[in-house]
Amino acid sequence: MKILVAIKKVPDYQAKIKVKPDGSGIETDGIKWIVNPFDEIAVEEALRIKESGKAQEVVVVSIGSDDTQTQLRYALAMGADSAIHVKHDGEIDSDLASRALAAVYQRGQYGLIILGKQAIDSDASQTPQLLAARLGLPQACFASRLVLDTQTATVTREVDGGLETIKVPVPCIVSTDLRLNEPRYASLPGIMKAKKKPLEEIKLADLGLEPGTKVKVKKLMPPAQRQAGKKVDGVAALVAALQSEAKVL
Amino acid sequence: MSNILFFLQLESGKIPKSTLCALNATHRIAKVWGKHSVHALCVGVGAQAAAEQATKLGFSKIYWSEASGFSKYLAHPYSQALLEAWKLSGADTLVCAGTSTGKDLAARVSGMLNAAQASDIIAVNDDGSLRRPMYAGNVIADVELASGPRVVTVRATAFAPAGPEGAVAVLEKLIFEPDLAKAGEVVGYEQSKSERPQLGDAETVVSGGRALQSAENFQKYIFPLADAFGAAVGASRAAVDSGYAPNDWQVGQTGKVVAPNLYVAVGISGAIQHLAGMKDSKVIVAINKDPEAPIFEVADYGLVGDLYQIVPELTEAVKKAKGN
Repeated sequence: MKILVAIKKVPDYQAKIKVKPDGSGIETDGIKWIVNPFDEIAVEEALRIKESGKAQEVVVVSIGSDDTQTQLRYALAMGADSAIHVKHDGEIDSDLASRALAAVYQRGQYGLIILGKQAIDSDASQTPQLLAARLGLPQACFASRLVLDTQTATVTREVDGGLETIKVPVPCIVSTDLRLNEPRYASLPGIMKAKKKPLEEIKLADLGLEPGTKVKVKKLMPPAQRQAGKKVDGVAALVAALQSEAKVL
Repeated sequence: MSNILFFLQLESGKIPKSTLCALNATHRIAKVWGKHSVHALCVGVGAQAAAEQATKLGFSKIYWSEASGFSKYLAHPYSQALLEAWKLSGADTLVCAGTSTGKDLAARVSGMLNAAQASDIIAVNDDGSLRRPMYAGNVIADVELASGPRVVTVRATAFAPAGPEGAVAVLEKLIFEPDLAKAGEVVGYEQSKSERPQLGDAETVVSGGRALQSAENFQKYIFPLADAFGAAVGASRAAVDSGYAPNDWQVGQTGKVVAPNLYVAVGISGAIQHLAGMKDSKVIVAINKDPEAPIFEVADYGLVGDLYQIVPELTEAVKKAKGN
């Protein structure tokens, strides 16, 4: 079985994100770009499935400009076997990403698709479900545990109020939550090997797709800043303030 | 003029606050986008009774079904039901609460409809654009959706719950059996047991962080304080990752977003991730031994000191203040 893992290039989660003064985007100077952390978990999960003998090949895919290949090489360095780069310089939203991924899925024989539950830049949490709908496949989103069988995937999902376990037929789409696993680091030999692994470049047009997005970002702005309050001197002062000033007690 | 379809999500057969808050946003969208009326779909156990309770919430029609294919939530049958209700109601817009179910379901329906979707909106602007957080709440974006079918999920904490309005809705049983061929099945559910209020709905939230050092200390220090306040219990990601608290207590961008009247952060440093999940709370109290902790930058009241000494003292003081 082959597993397809979709990854996205995003700003480092530790980076301080600032909006450009004209609100047209974020300041990208000095920003380090990484594999979306949820997608990194997806790569790790696919590698573990392969290592357990339940899959033979892990293919990573991303859509974006040329520098997206840095993140694809990172996934190859973690241990993925090959990569597909869908080249596109323009805007990308969840809709376009899902259309590209659906087309890539249909070019190969994949038994499973794993990807992050959301990207930490757009925070939309749409692509896995959109992809499942486009392919007419079952979805198991927000996974914190995945057990793969020949016919089914048993997935524990992190839902409001607890954990829910569902069993769905494969092929299916699994979106990863934080606690599914702890991704490995790319080793030095892994990084060396990654340079020689196959990385296929394809254009949107080669997949029969039109560019264009359905969500236009009109303007970005920083969030309203909360004013720091005051330090209180002890429990008695805090309770008094909550009662008489804040009136929440 | 087209209509809006609203997913009337139930929780154990009841209409939760998150659904009412999302409905408020739906009415606002209907007004700004000039929609004719709001229809609703309510399926699953207790759907008929819930639909009857919802007749005065400003819907013109509520479709309901208690068919066995909907007894437990699964994306496959629920998305088919929404598609059916979409056709019946002449809708061009679907709105769901941004709950885990709403997120799972809305985007699947988007894919089926080839729709444009905005997730987790916090406001509906007068010009029709939608406001939503990005980058873990560090950026706020105004987005415009392409014309054609549209899907919106709502961050419930950003809207007040909807109340009665308009005429009484017509109830209609949805005659539809979902195709369950690829639906899969729910094989287990592990509910976080708690007598306390639900994290998402609570008036007060008491959260603990890594400084609690163990699950035992969570029970010994955080629980009594939460109970004194009558509060829900939350946790930072660090506390959850360390196993001090279950995952669904996590407050933050990747966990739950809460906005209670009072948020008490105990031993939480205030990582960006965590702040994104609680900074819209009305009043924030922080207890931390590090006076430089970032949590103090958003706290209305900060108390610097040893939580193991402060928390029991505060618990007693709150009990006394509340007269029990």
